Amino acid sequence: MTRLGPGTVTRWLVTGPPFLFLLVFFALPSLIMVVASFRYPGEFGGLAPLVAVRPGEDAGITTENYGIFFGDWIYFQILLKSFGIALLTTLACLVMAYPLALLIARSPRRHRDFMVLLVVLPFASNFLVRVYAWMIILGDQSIFLRPFNYVLAHAGVEPLSLLFSRFAVIVGMVYVHLPFMILPLYTNLEKHDPVLLDAAQDLGANAWSRFWRVTFPLSLPGVFSGAALVFIPVLGMFAIPEILGGKDDWMVGNMIKEAFLGTRDWPFGSMLSIMLTLAVLAVAAAAAWLARKGTARA
Amino acid sequence: MALLEIRKVTRRFGALAAVDEVSLAIEAGEFFTLLGPSGCGKTTLLRMIAGFDLPDSGAIFLDGRDLVGTPPEKRPIHTVFQSYALFPHMTVSQNIAFPLKMAGKPLDEIQAKVKEALGQVHLEDKGGHLPHELSGGQKQRVALARSLVNRPRVLLLDEPLGALDAKLREEMQIELISLQRDVGVTFVFVTHAQSEALALSHRIAVMNEGRVIQLDEPSRIYGYPVNRFVADFIGKCNILEADVVEASSSGVTLQVKGLGKVTAPPREGAKAGERGVLALRPEQVRIGAPDSPHDLKNHFTGRVHDLLYIGDVTTYIVELPNGTRIEALLPNSAPGRATFFEAGDAVRVAWRHDAGSFLRD
Repeated sequence: MTRLGPGTVTRWLVTGPPFLFLLVFFALPSLIMVVASFRYPGEFGGLAPLVAVRPGEDAGITTENYGIFFGDWIYFQILLKSFGIALLTTLACLVMAYPLALLIARSPRRHRDFMVLLVVLPFASNFLVRVYAWMIILGDQSIFLRPFNYVLAHAGVEPLSLLFSRFAVIVGMVYVHLPFMILPLYTNLEKHDPVLLDAAQDLGANAWSRFWRVTFPLSLPGVFSGAALVFIPVLGMFAIPEILGGKDDWMVGNMIKEAFLGTRDWPFGSMLSIMLTLAVLAVAAAAAWLARKGTARA
Repeated sequence: MALLEIRKVTRRFGALAAVDEVSLAIEAGEFFTLLGPSGCGKTTLLRMIAGFDLPDSGAIFLDGRDLVGTPPEKRPIHTVFQSYALFPHMTVSQNIAFPLKMAGKPLDEIQAKVKEALGQVHLEDKGGHLPHELSGGQKQRVALARSLVNRPRVLLLDEPLGALDAKLREEMQIELISLQRDVGVTFVFVTHAQSEALALSHRIAVMNEGRVIQLDEPSRIYGYPVNRFVADFIGKCNILEADVVEASSSGVTLQVKGLGKVTAPPREGAKAGERGVLALRPEQVRIGAPDSPHDLKNHFTGRVHDLLYIGDVTTYIVELPNGTRIEALLPNSAPGRATFFEAGDAVRVAWRHDAGSFLRD
């Protein structure tokens, strides 16, 4: 007979609720979405019934949605473009966040909390307000752009327009997601033992070698979690391309949003969402495989 | 010319002089120790030799060349840190290869030297392990191999044995001595553990409050401490306040508080009326039954107040009728017999007229 010790009960009490929560609000909806992607859209949104009520009505199970996706190159292209934008945003965030995270981590302890507060301070204002602010900053009437365009006009060159472009989308994406890169990097860098850098320097490493051979390799877990926290949300983002992007800057998130809220084709939106999830999982698996190969060789 | 010369080096932190006009000359091949309590300036001095800190005044010369403009990575001086500072993401071999890579050595030379270094510290089979898979003693050996692999002119060791347990520490001491002899590199060792300093060093600089108090060979530091601080810091010592009654070239007569008249070896410059202390090592004090025959000039009777059986020796704390306590050490060379006297036994303590010394504060 197995006895239920107090440890077992505690374990169930602690792990039970989150397990239940994920089951009800993650696993089950995901399953619903998989099923929905194989059905016909309802007339006014929702799903068509499984059994036709009226003659000629689409009903039951179909692979039509996947057929459309694989039948037209455009969906794959948009997915690929979304990956490109997400990758570019992640790299830009990494390059901008790393020096800042390093600066905070190497500041006197009493200053660090304040600096971290400054990093998260933008979250105190509404997301849309922050994105709309970029319309003003990047717009043709922007005080940053006008003097520049004034000079260009005198030189007889076409004025520069930044808004409603791929550039504006990436600027907005980087701006919004930068803290998600800074924080995990800072948390990692702050834990580094400074004596390791002393040791590296003592053994002949200059500043460049100290960074690339000690600091950077040790910060890789922070780089990976920061990259995931930026890459995945950017991939599904629809608000920023819609506000700051042009007609050609639709991302997969915009398509999913349009399917659910615009054309009210829930099965098609579900299918796109599943393809996106599968693509992310494939990238994550490839990254994990590469990382394992890297450590095995080292 | 000395290999490493420290000339009138001063380093201040605010109003405090952590290192105060220190001058030292360390010879090639020497095992040199900076010994002192924490905060005496020994680690600050070490950091200045390594290049992590710069003197406010004075200079450090290596082979007669001023090191002031040379950053740590360009100095042929390596450090073994107290916490070992092994790179956690590199294997043992990669750690040891690090300084060779930084020096731009060809790959086949690196491999050969790493292999040799692993052998030297008896870690032939640990090359592929990561630092966290090693024991404390093994980490210590990797740190040593890494700092020695490209043969620095000077190796600095910052309390390297501090984190090891007592038995391992003794083993590592023996390994350190033979390693230093084998590679011929000059060692500058920093410690606050006096027994370690005595066991390892060719010469010791005893430091206190930023200054070098005494610089000499271990036996002379122990046998002839220059003042009360050194006598008290190095080894155990009975320290009793004393006034000089009479001083001559054959010896000094002291009026010792709690004892009375005591004869001590001559002391240069001692004058009648001078105040100081009588320093007496416990092993110089003989202990015996009150009626046993003896011919020693300094003798007092008392009772055993307490005793500490340590195994090889027993320390007796003898209390005289007036309350003065004197420690005496007796070796337990006869097996099975732990104690010669019990607490409360009447005993006589005595020491030769040339034992002990009169020291100024």
